[in-house]
Amino acid sequence: MLTDFQITGKKATRDGFGDGLLAAGQQHPNVVGLCADLIGSLKMNAFMDAFPDRFIQTGIAEANMMGMAAGLATAGKIPYTGTFANFSTGRVYDQIRQSIAYSGKNVKICASHAGLTLGEDGATHQILEDIGLMKMLPGMTVINPCDYNQTKAATIAIAEHEGPVYLRFGRPGWPIFMPDNQPFVIGKGIMMQEGTDVTIIATGHLVAYAMEAVEKLKAQGISAELINIHTIKPLDEEIILDSIAKTKCVVTAEEHQRNGGLGDSVAQLLSRKNPTPQEYVAVNDSFGESGKPDELLLKYGLGPDNVVEAAQEVLKRKKA
Amino acid sequence: MPDLQELKKIASQVRRDIVRMVHQCQSGHPGGSLGCTDFFVALYFEAMHHNLPFSMDGKGEDMFFLSNGHISPVWYSVLARSGYFPVEELTTFRKLNSRLQGHPTTHEGLPGVRVASGSLGQGLSVAIGAALAKKMNNDKSLVYVLTGDGELQEGQVWEAMMSATHLKTDNIIVTVDWNGQQIDGATKDVMSLGDLEAKWKAFGWIVLQMNGNKMQEVIDTLVQAKAFCDKGQPVVILMKTEMGAGVDFMMGSHKWHGIAPNDAQLADALGQLEETLGDY
Repeated sequence: MLTDFQITGKKATRDGFGDGLLAAGQQHPNVVGLCADLIGSLKMNAFMDAFPDRFIQTGIAEANMMGMAAGLATAGKIPYTGTFANFSTGRVYDQIRQSIAYSGKNVKICASHAGLTLGEDGATHQILEDIGLMKMLPGMTVINPCDYNQTKAATIAIAEHEGPVYLRFGRPGWPIFMPDNQPFVIGKGIMMQEGTDVTIIATGHLVAYAMEAVEKLKAQGISAELINIHTIKPLDEEIILDSIAKTKCVVTAEEHQRNGGLGDSVAQLLSRKNPTPQEYVAVNDSFGESGKPDELLLKYGLGPDNVVEAAQEVLKRKKA
Repeated sequence: MPDLQELKKIASQVRRDIVRMVHQCQSGHPGGSLGCTDFFVALYFEAMHHNLPFSMDGKGEDMFFLSNGHISPVWYSVLARSGYFPVEELTTFRKLNSRLQGHPTTHEGLPGVRVASGSLGQGLSVAIGAALAKKMNNDKSLVYVLTGDGELQEGQVWEAMMSATHLKTDNIIVTVDWNGQQIDGATKDVMSLGDLEAKWKAFGWIVLQMNGNKMQEVIDTLVQAKAFCDKGQPVVILMKTEMGAGVDFMMGSHKWHGIAPNDAQLADALGQLEETLGDY
């Protein structure tokens, strides 16, 4: 494993949200929770039990939930909305656009079960377009943490950030490797492993797979640098440009469509500041399907070996 | 508090502002604005307890949300005439670099506006959120919201109606501008709303009705509505209005929903509306 990051256990990122929400609620009396009939799935029970007067069950009515959150924020509350990523974005895009983003409301849109790793429920629920949808909204902060600890830290940190936030996390149990009680700085990437040959920039669940890939590349004599990007917008341009100046080629890895995801954000940055060969580990213009999370990630080309192959491929295109 | 005659004078000036604003930029929505003028004047100059300078969170004061944002001209005029911003700013309506956007927004920092509206069906949800925040804060002031009737064709409104009852949002007074008109024609022809009173009642609301173009009736009904608050149920007023009220050739048709008068029509309209507070 990477020197500084050891796997210490396994827990879902949504558990990090639930525990983080409770902590945020304890720290900030204005934090209010809203949930559209998915309290157990979102792990919001602890917050609801601790603060019943600050929790609103909205029923299966996500559009109304987003509007109510905008109204609560208008009156000075810090609302956290909870539902699946699909129903947190595509279903309510216009409500978020007008009542939250354009209106500059301090709403935290907390979205679980993002991506393929939702698993057996299949493509209707496996949104792979949400990062793109949300990052296009002016003023929206987009965060996609990688493990339980980082999700918990992010959930607490966004309470102190003034403005709308999209916080994306997932369903399955997933390796924990980020430190407990880490400082979470919105917009600051984390250097997981320094290297010289190729830069790997990963977000969310794919950070764990990228860590495996770094080990496999090392065994092949390839020195990979790994950056953990939890905040897709605003993007940490400095950490990326500094790395690319050294390695001169990049692989991006994410559980999202290639269109509109982290890879697109990185490509946009590099095309302006330092055009660089890039390979994408992402879903290629496709819907998902039913299956187990790890099976799905492999089938759709998001496994550790896909990261390794992408690195090998981009190294061939690297300019001397 | 202004008396009835004073309120009517303010309404006449607001109607002048509306037609002049829409004429000046040759765009905007005069019909619904004129129809809701008496309601807005009664609300801002009589019924609502609101403070200047404007504060976004509205703590300790009544809040108003406009869901059918396209009738921004009447709101802008009433806000300006209430002292939220200089009346002269009405000249900037719908022009480049203005705070008076075609549809209301917080984005340019216009005092009096608490959320953007224009895409229909969203305002009631926002108002319920604000009302719930007031309850959490033990703030006894009220939340008012105006929606169109055509707007009720949006599904989100019915989600909101259901939730207001369930959550016992009894500090909200919704008014529906029931003018029976929308862009493509009469509401009954485009998408019939059916028995509106029965529908709101079935959703658990206290339902009042009024003629929104009779100032005294508007005032009295708002008093009545306030008396129903804090008793466990939300309150809605189904407000019959005449689109274009106050300007004879604009009345009784959906034609003036979203078009501007020409020079001759402006002169005709202004001839029917007394200048009472001074044109901007």
